[in-house]
Amino acid sequence: MSLLIQDLHACIPDREILKGFSLEVKPGEVHAIMGPNGSGKSTLSKVLCGHEDYEVTSGSVTLDGEDLLAMDVDARSRAGLFLAFQYPFEIPGVSNANFIRAALQARLPKGEELDAVGYYKKLYRRMDELEMSRSFTARSVNEGFSGGEKKRNEILQLMMLEPKYSILDETDSGLDIDALKVVSQGVNAMRSPERGFLVITHYQRLLDYIKPDIVHVMVEGRLIRSGGPELALELEAKGYELTHAA
Amino acid sequence: MSVETPDIADIRADSVGDFYFPENHVYDAGYGLSEKTIDYICDVKNDPDWVREFRKKALKVFEEKPMPTHWATTDLNNIKFEEFRYYLAGDRKAKRSWDDVPEEVKKTFERLGIPEQERKFLAGVEAQYDSEAAYSNVKKVVEEQGVIFMNSTEALQQHPEIFRKWFGKVIPTGDNKFSALNSAVFSGGSFIYIPPGVKVKHPLQAYFRINSEQFGQFERTLIIADEGAEVMYMEGCTAPKFETATLHSAVVELVAMKGAKIQYVTVQNWSSNVFNLVTKRGIAHEDAEVRWIDCNIGSRLTMKYPGVVMKGRRARGEVISIALANTGQHQDTGAKMIHAADETTSNVISKSISIGKGRATYRGLVHIPKHLKGCKNNTECDALLINSSSRTDTYPAINVRGNEHATQHEASVSQVSAEQIFYMQQRGLSEAEAMSLSVNGFINDLVREFPMEYSVELKRLIDLEMEGSVG
Ligand SMILES: Nc1ncnc2c1ncn2[C@@H]1O[C@H](COP(=O)(O)OP(=O)(O)OP(=O)(O)O)[C@@H](O)[C@H]1O
Ligand SMILES: [Mg+2]
Repeated sequence: MSLLIQDLHACIPDREILKGFSLEVKPGEVHAIMGPNGSGKSTLSKVLCGHEDYEVTSGSVTLDGEDLLAMDVDARSRAGLFLAFQYPFEIPGVSNANFIRAALQARLPKGEELDAVGYYKKLYRRMDELEMSRSFTARSVNEGFSGGEKKRNEILQLMMLEPKYSILDETDSGLDIDALKVVSQGVNAMRSPERGFLVITHYQRLLDYIKPDIVHVMVEGRLIRSGGPELALELEAKGYELTHAA
Repeated sequence: MSVETPDIADIRADSVGDFYFPENHVYDAGYGLSEKTIDYICDVKNDPDWVREFRKKALKVFEEKPMPTHWATTDLNNIKFEEFRYYLAGDRKAKRSWDDVPEEVKKTFERLGIPEQERKFLAGVEAQYDSEAAYSNVKKVVEEQGVIFMNSTEALQQHPEIFRKWFGKVIPTGDNKFSALNSAVFSGGSFIYIPPGVKVKHPLQAYFRINSEQFGQFERTLIIADEGAEVMYMEGCTAPKFETATLHSAVVELVAMKGAKIQYVTVQNWSSNVFNLVTKRGIAHEDAEVRWIDCNIGSRLTMKYPGVVMKGRRARGEVISIALANTGQHQDTGAKMIHAADETTSNVISKSISIGKGRATYRGLVHIPKHLKGCKNNTECDALLINSSSRTDTYPAINVRGNEHATQHEASVSQVSAEQIFYMQQRGLSEAEAMSLSVNGFINDLVREFPMEYSVELKRLIDLEMEGSVG
């Protein structure tokens, strides 16, 4: 039982971006990945979700023993993989409430209808936890949202879909100090022995709120160091260059 | 006599209207179009002499007019008029009860959900099968208000004075080649008269069903709302998919007298072998309003530009249209707004969606002559492209003279991005579901203009189209 990534290589037509990436995230664990701009963190998250821009040339990924790479994008999601995007997309004309509802509906067996009353109850509760105004249910997904509101909305979706494994790609960027706290509380509320998290960030302050079990350093498409939470503090003090050298 | 239940010849579970029953016609005008065809139709229908004459004149006009290929599409040249049948009917008399309707016809409309809709929310229903109405009924309360709702064949016999007064007055025979064709061979369609001050609460509906191959359906609809009257009319249409072409060429004329309101809602879902060439126009007198709410899904080629002639002061005209063009389909749609009095207002909102190699064209005409004062027009056309091979064109012709008018025109083209679909798929939606959602989002504000029951149907039709296109 884990999200198991072994020696993953992935490329775009003209070059390789992931160069032998390996990591195992077990349920109940929170892993943090830090690394310089362009090291391939977002690429990793998109490759795991099945983005068509990237070709996996070797390596394997399994989700609780199942071959993740053989699944379609949507099947990976339904199997329990969630990505909180670094840059969430807008869907004009589709209300947030309808979108999340459709995503939940897609998880039900054919012919079964999502209970609307129960759905809205849960949605409102989660929105309250994230201190989101009710007006966000009727607004089009991410359209006209501020940077911070978009990030909050990603976590709302995470809290509604309750995925087994979540990747948070720079969820902290764009959030003000108060929002960072609220969003972190939301994520922490989702932490459980059944769920694993992969948190991508550049800054220690997020990890003050979402305490990781293990911190990794990613450089040029693979992990070069792993350690306890103290590694993040060291990175913040010395920067990637020195860490790399060490 | 026992009635054998006929077998449905072909069923595709993923399609709404793609099934048909074996032909069972008593009246068949045969292939091709000539004076003899018209005599046959007149004899069968027992048309008065003036109608026979009207039809024959129209045939001449039709034969003389060239195809509008110079501004429209050369695909029109692929219509082989001699290969169609122009009149096919089982029984000429529409039944008042579903129990009396022939089994296969009843089964057809049951599959399309018509009797159920009638029970639920309609004030009256007419169901046309090939050339004639098979069923026609209006609720008693509505009839008692003096509302006339019947098919045009019956109306010609029963209300010749009202019929003749308005027939062909909004759309003259020679308006275009296809209005002339319809005038020559028209059969079926609705005739509605709403007396002064009567506001019909629930919609009246007609459903046009083509069952036969190599056939042309030419219904003729005439709706008159007398002073202060209000009515909503809805039409639906389907046909099975045949290897050969099917022709549908209707003429619809609306007359809204002083202060009257007519809303005309269309949800067409033609199969992709249908040439759908329809002329629709309404006249709005003083303080009257004519609204066309038009949704075009399917067909091989649709050419349809609903129009409003605002003849009286403060008259209002509106066209709200949605067109969905899938691979192998061309939706050539638009609106014509003719301002002919002071302080008249028109509004056109058009949204088109092109999927795969589908092509959507918008053609608009707004005409405000110089001598008028205080006219307003707003035109918005938005196109959504699903694939890079999809195509859209916009030809807005805004002909506004004089400077005491307010006009506004906006157009946009957008594309559903791969990233947007990826985002939705990452949340667990299949590619088809993701596209449906994007498309529904794009037209969401217009769908709200449809009656609830129809917006649900619309969403279902779009889902089916998207499913089919992703494969
Ligand atoms: N689809 C793509 N086409 C071209 N280049 C790409 C594509 N995706 C990623 N890259 C390149 O691959 C490298 C890794 O990008 P990625 O976004 O994964 O970095 P990152 O570690 O997330 O950086 P940041 O910290 O700035 O978010 C970058 O040089 C980027 O330009
Ligand atoms: Mg990144």
